[in-house]
Amino acid sequence: MVQKAHIDLAIIGSGPAGLAAAVEAKRLGLRDLVVFDRDEKPGGILRQCIHAGFGLDKFKEQLTGPEYAHRYLKMAEAEGVDFSLNTTVLEMDKDRVLTVVSEQAGLRQYECGSIILAMGCRERPRGAIGIPGTRPAGIFTAGHAQRLINMEGYMPGRTVVVLGSGDIGLIMARRLTLEGAQVKAVAEILPYPSGLVRNVVQCLHDFDIPLLLTHTVAEVHGDRRVQGVTLVQVDDQWNPVQGTERRIDCDTLLLSVGLIPENELSKVAGVSMDSRTGGAYVNDYFETSLQGVFSCGNVLHVNDVVDNVSSEGESAAHGAYLRVEGRMPDMTSMVSLQGDETIGQIVPHRVSGQKDTTLHIRVKRPMSKLTLRVGDGFEKKLPFARPSEMIWVTVPKEVFRNAGAPIMVCCEER
Amino acid sequence: MREAKNLICVTCPKGCEARVWAEEGSVKVKGKICKKGKSYLEQEFREPKRTLTTTILTQDSRLKRFPVRTSGPIPKKDLFRAMDYLSSVKVRPPVKASDVIVRDLLQTGIDVIACDDLME
Repeated sequence: MVQKAHIDLAIIGSGPAGLAAAVEAKRLGLRDLVVFDRDEKPGGILRQCIHAGFGLDKFKEQLTGPEYAHRYLKMAEAEGVDFSLNTTVLEMDKDRVLTVVSEQAGLRQYECGSIILAMGCRERPRGAIGIPGTRPAGIFTAGHAQRLINMEGYMPGRTVVVLGSGDIGLIMARRLTLEGAQVKAVAEILPYPSGLVRNVVQCLHDFDIPLLLTHTVAEVHGDRRVQGVTLVQVDDQWNPVQGTERRIDCDTLLLSVGLIPENELSKVAGVSMDSRTGGAYVNDYFETSLQGVFSCGNVLHVNDVVDNVSSEGESAAHGAYLRVEGRMPDMTSMVSLQGDETIGQIVPHRVSGQKDTTLHIRVKRPMSKLTLRVGDGFEKKLPFARPSEMIWVTVPKEVFRNAGAPIMVCCEER
Repeated sequence: MREAKNLICVTCPKGCEARVWAEEGSVKVKGKICKKGKSYLEQEFREPKRTLTTTILTQDSRLKRFPVRTSGPIPKKDLFRAMDYLSSVKVRPPVKASDVIVRDLLQTGIDVIACDDLME
């Protein structure tokens, strides 16, 4: 029989979301909290993201991933945050009981006043996008290659093709080039790059790496090791255009084809999920469909800026604090938000109208000179919007009050 | 006199494009560019600079690489020379984040600093 301990708050994951949540919860006055992480050091994916660009919002300077994590760790240390490292959370149930295991302490269970889900995301693997061809060694997800190079000290290959122009793919194209590899091309199936403009310029243009838009991998060649890939142009239905195939010799193929929130624990517990974000449905306090269970950061929806992940962690900590203290406002009259065909995703999904609320919106396609409307009472003019850059817009609480039907969110080009 | 270049401004996420060239000793920028963008593009045309972030060898740790960066931007043309130089640098614990690992990298006046703590 495993003995159950009680804690006020459990935070699952010690990446940027979990660290910010822990620091904020302590500052609000929650004493009894534990941060669980399966890794041996806190920091999550930040530890391998050695490039700069973190912290512009939170610290007003450009930090690298390890520096950003280091600052939060120092804050967590100062607040006396308790970490349970090398510890895997095996299960969470709907009554907020966590089952965890570690080599040092074996199997343990915790009854938790609140739980904050901050598990982050995983990379979409080759199997999820169905690339034809053989199955040789030399195919890596971009983040895996990042860990090998930046932490473990291995070069994944010498001549490289990158599929996908997400930020990690672009950053790894530069990293591999600086470490002496030859990156022959970055192929992107969409007609525009998925990553930030800055990364297209400073990771590709700086090193004359060609970016092939509306291209994908038609075939992988090689028996034991990758010997090359065939790239092909695609039409607007993503069908290959006959006659545009070209073979590029390489020993490595890097995949940067999207991230998937890691929600296995949430699903087993019965948390309601949004199929578009891959994360939980949450309200404006970041509370999921299970009372007392909160979700923030990349396990909720994939963010593009780490500072935003930290801010979500803080908001979730605030919600968890209110729940533990029994001070959560009345949440019975919530309104749901619904996007029109221009909107890819919106978080939060339901709003109480108890406070001004920041909406996190991703548009479906690039737009310029647009007006963003929330219900009847709010609009904001934006010079441009792109799927790669999430829009953060704070909407006054009055907009959500006395609005029975779902509130429509839409974008219109002027 | 260097020839005209089409450059993309990266001071904000908008990514405006401009044509930049040198004329009578000064740098000209043509395009719908804000004030901040203009000074970035002039610098980018004269001498592009980048902050280098990379890793160096650690003495003994289980993870073999330790993250470092230049304390400020260095000329873009020096990036590969800097990588080459840093490939032979080893870090010895204890080190604290922001400690100087290499002083005055390649006479650029810029240091290489630690991005994390490294304990013994």
